[in-house]
Amino acid sequence: MSARPQARRRTRRSGEDRVLGVLRLVVIAGAVVATAGPLLYGVLLSLRPFQSVVSEPLRLLPSPDEITFDAYPTAMAEYGLGGNMGNSLQVALATAALAIVLSVLGAYAAVRLRFLGRGTVNVVFLGVYLLPGIVLAVPLFVLLSRVGLTGSLVGLVFVYVAQTVPVALYMLRTYLVAVPSSVEEAAMIDGCGRLGLIRRVVLPLALPGVAATALYVFMIAWNEYLFALLFLVADRDRWTVSLGIAQLTEFSVPTTVLMAGSIAITVPVVAGFFLAQRLLVTGLTSGAEKG
Amino acid sequence: MRPPGPDPRDAPAGAPRPRRRRPLTLSRREDLQGRLLVAPTVLVVLGFAVLPFLAVVLFAFLDVRLVDIPRLYLDELEFTGQNLATVWGSPRFWSAAGTTVVYAGASSAGAVLVGLAVALALRRPFRGRGLVRALVLVPYVLPVVAATTIWKTLLNPGYGLVNAVGVEWLGWAEPIAFLTTTSREFGPLEVPVALLCVIAFEVWKTFPLAFLFITARLQVVPGDIEEAAQIDGAGKTRVFRHLLLPQLAGVMALLAVLRFLWSFQNFNDIYLLTGGAGGTEVLAVRVYSELVVRANIGTASATGLLMTAMLLVVVAVYARMIKREQA
Repeated sequence: MSARPQARRRTRRSGEDRVLGVLRLVVIAGAVVATAGPLLYGVLLSLRPFQSVVSEPLRLLPSPDEITFDAYPTAMAEYGLGGNMGNSLQVALATAALAIVLSVLGAYAAVRLRFLGRGTVNVVFLGVYLLPGIVLAVPLFVLLSRVGLTGSLVGLVFVYVAQTVPVALYMLRTYLVAVPSSVEEAAMIDGCGRLGLIRRVVLPLALPGVAATALYVFMIAWNEYLFALLFLVADRDRWTVSLGIAQLTEFSVPTTVLMAGSIAITVPVVAGFFLAQRLLVTGLTSGAEKG
Repeated sequence: MRPPGPDPRDAPAGAPRPRRRRPLTLSRREDLQGRLLVAPTVLVVLGFAVLPFLAVVLFAFLDVRLVDIPRLYLDELEFTGQNLATVWGSPRFWSAAGTTVVYAGASSAGAVLVGLAVALALRRPFRGRGLVRALVLVPYVLPVVAATTIWKTLLNPGYGLVNAVGVEWLGWAEPIAFLTTTSREFGPLEVPVALLCVIAFEVWKTFPLAFLFITARLQVVPGDIEEAAQIDGAGKTRVFRHLLLPQLAGVMALLAVLRFLWSFQNFNDIYLLTGGAGGTEVLAVRVYSELVVRANIGTASATGLLMTAMLLVVVAVYARMIKREQA
């Protein structure tokens, strides 16, 4: 009597398992297509002549005789994205460098030192992180044009630093906590000053974390669009590459060129991302402390 | 080192003695160094985030336009409540607010649910899982301009893949201009096409974050309870509902709130995809068009201020819910 419901339950469960198994495959396949698909689509389109894209939108693979890399030099030279990329590189590097210097000092203080106003500072930073960028954009635009900094990459760098430093500080804090304070104390007893301590002891030990944070800030600055649009739009020579591509979409620029530009700005970001992943794996603190 | 008791150097010196600087105590020195080390960060954040925010509050009560900027001086300001009144009384503001809430709510819920589904599907190891995990993160790291440009091409009515598939294989009568169509009838349903597209984009772009967080949380779920439940005859859906879901609820709620806050203020994605056309005008786009198109700093600031106030309400509600749960 008890055997039959048991059996029925088992068949129901195996039915459930089968449905879930199929669902799982569907989700995995869907995720792969949805995430890799658009990027792959962009790459494939950038390798075809525009005419062929328009006449045969359904054919995704470029035929061997039509593959062309012309869209890339066209985008870089003719449409000025090369110069824009130079601007973006300058802005992103400067932002990353400044944000790292500031946030290493700040994060170290937040982790190791007890000082007046530490709690307030943390709250203010969290608040800044939650403030809408578009709301800050209005006064920043007004104030920067009042002092004549709109249209300059310097103004943009400072805005980016202010936007990224709270996150960078937060990220670095978790890495700096992992540096054993006994090593620091040993260095201090050996006569190391506070700044020397940060530079000679803390920074090398937390280097993977610092590098990952720097890359993260670089990516934010490299990808940023809103502030670049507000501050730089009038001056074509100063456009960042994100702004450059977005502006080009407003005109009848062949989509193959736009795809080439999009892929070109994606490559450094994706490469950096995988680089950072590798960096994060290496822990340097292991073995720094005896006993 | 020093013996307890009054320090001779502390005593008010009656006789003129060469003044020596008292060495700072360790804690005083720590305090000073701490403040010095944070000072540069605080300065940048004050100058480029806190001060501007105070300026927004100020501008919201001033009658200023872009052309007035060169003649803007602190000592000749005239305050007015007109901006806030104008914005508050404008139907366009309220329709944008409604759109923003729908957009932020739908895309945050979508991102968390899709993230959950993918995290569950990738939970058990299989060959190539590492690669799939890496691929899933691609939308999140893709520069937003690149992502929107590719999506715009995909959805293009002339040569986009989606319309080509629809017309050739799915029997659509004509290509759909996805990003400019406000609404379209599909049978009995009135579908807000463009809004759905920007929501889909946002889900696509942000579900990887939810995926990462949920995966991390799944990894610390103790395995033995689940095993015991399975031995006791609980099916997978029941294990999920009664064992996994309660464990994941906290991180999912946090993610939903964070994503809501971010999507609520999102400007880039919507502006780049539709420019605010086709019924996708959200508050952030309104702030931008008040500033740039209407050149009115006052109303732009007032819109921004009201938007921030709405965000604060969400944060306050969430903080209260957390508190009640902990109590």
